Amino acid sequence: MSAAELGWSRDQMAARAAEDIPDGSYVNLGIGIPELVAQFVPAGREFIYHTENGLLGMGPPPAKEDEDPELINAGKQLVSSVPGAAFFHHADSFAMIRGGHIDICVLGTMQVAANGDLANWSTGAPDAIPAVGGAMDLVAGVRTIFVITKCLTRNGDPKLVERCSYPLTGQGVVSRIFTDLAVIDITGDGFRLVELAPGVTFEYLAERVDAPLLRP
Amino acid sequence: MIDKTHTSLAGAVSAIPDGAVVMIGGFGEAGSPIELIHALIDHGAKNLTAINNNTGNGDVGLAALIRNGQVRKMICSYPRSSHSRVFPELYRKGEIELELVPQGTLAERIRAGGAGIPAFYTATAVGTPLAEGKEAREFNGRTYLCERGLSADFALVKCAVADRLGNLIFNKTARNFSPLMCMAATTTIVQARRIVAPGDLDPEHIITPGIFVQNVVEVPEPLQESVLIANGEVYP
Repeated sequence: MSAAELGWSRDQMAARAAEDIPDGSYVNLGIGIPELVAQFVPAGREFIYHTENGLLGMGPPPAKEDEDPELINAGKQLVSSVPGAAFFHHADSFAMIRGGHIDICVLGTMQVAANGDLANWSTGAPDAIPAVGGAMDLVAGVRTIFVITKCLTRNGDPKLVERCSYPLTGQGVVSRIFTDLAVIDITGDGFRLVELAPGVTFEYLAERVDAPLLRP
Repeated sequence: MIDKTHTSLAGAVSAIPDGAVVMIGGFGEAGSPIELIHALIDHGAKNLTAINNNTGNGDVGLAALIRNGQVRKMICSYPRSSHSRVFPELYRKGEIELELVPQGTLAERIRAGGAGIPAFYTATAVGTPLAEGKEAREFNGRTYLCERGLSADFALVKCAVADRLGNLIFNKTARNFSPLMCMAATTTIVQARRIVAPGDLDPEHIITPGIFVQNVVEVPEPLQESVLIANGEVYP
C-alpha cells in the first residue's frame, strides 16, 4: 500500500463518524464529507437531520420529478423531506441550535487545535470575502461537535495544530475528530488517539499532527 | 374594509425612498422575491441598506439591485456562493460596505427588532473576530456577546398564499427569514403566488399573521432565479 492510499477513504471516515452517533439523535451535517454521514447510518438506528435553513427531517436528493427549488439544504442543494418532517423559520431553526436541542453537528474544518478551537470559515487573507453562514452558531450551540477532516491539507500542512492560525469559528468546541488516519479525541490534556486506521502506526500519525499526541 | 392587496408591483414599492433600510426575504433563491426586487430596480431608490442572508446570484434579483448601484451597505451572513460575482467585485473595489453577521445572530436580531427587544446576549461568535467591539458579559459562568435588534423601513417578501388581511403561508424552505422580516419592518410588501378570501386559510396554519403585513401583490408564476441564471438573463 502506498502512502497516498494509507488510511480511511472519505466514505470510510463518514461511516466511522456515523458509528459514534447514538440512535435517535438530531443531527446537523456540514457541507462536504460530513454530508456523506447520512449514507452510512448503522442498521437499527434512526437519525433526524436538521438543516439550518428551516427543515427538520431532511431526506436525500429528490428524484428529478420531485425537485422543488424551494426545498433546499444549507448548502443550497436540492433535498427532500422525510415523512414526519417539519418546516420552520430561521429564528426557530437557530433556537434549535442555540438552545442546545441539536445533539450532534458534524463539520469539516481548515484547522482544529489541541484545545478544541475550530477554524473553518476564513483564512483571514486580506482579499478574501468573509462569509460565516451558520458555523459560529452551530459550534456555540450544539452539544457535541464532531469534525471530519483529512490530517493534512492538499499542500501537506497539518490541520491538527497546537493553536489555530486562522480566525476562529469557536473556542474549545470540538469533541472528536474523524480523520483519514485515526479517530482522535480532544481532552483537557490535548489530542488523544482513540483508534488508528488499518495500517497506520502511532508514529506515522504523530508526524502528521502538529501538536503533542497522547496514546489511548 | 381592510384591503392590503395592490394590483401593481411598481405601486407597491413606489414609497421606498433613497437611503431606506430594506430587508429582503430568501435563502439563496428559495423565497427570493425576484419580482419585487426587479420592481425596486425599476423604481430606482438608491443608497439602500439591504439585509438578506446572501448577496444574490448571477445578474438578476438581489445581485442586479447591487450591480445597479442601489445598495450602499449589505448586512448578511454569507456574501459569496458559486454564482455570486457582483458583490465580491464591488466589495474588493471598496464600493459597498459589508456588515457580516452569523446566520443565527442575524435571524435573532431581526426577530428581536420585530418584537421590540433592543438587544440580547448570545454565545455565538465569542472568541472570534466577529466579537470585536461588542460588549461581552458572563452569565452562569459562560461568556456571551451583546447583539442589537435589527429593524427596517421596508421588507420585501415572497409567500405561497396570502389573503387581503395579510395573513401568509409559505412553501417549504422558502419560509426562512421572511416571517421574521415581516415583523421587523415598518412596511412589509409581500408577493404571493395566490391571494385567497379571508377564512380560506385555516387559522391554525397561518404562519405570519396579517398584523405584520402592509401590502400584498399577487404574482402567480414567479420567476425562478436558477432558471434565469441558466438562461444567462440580465436584469434590467
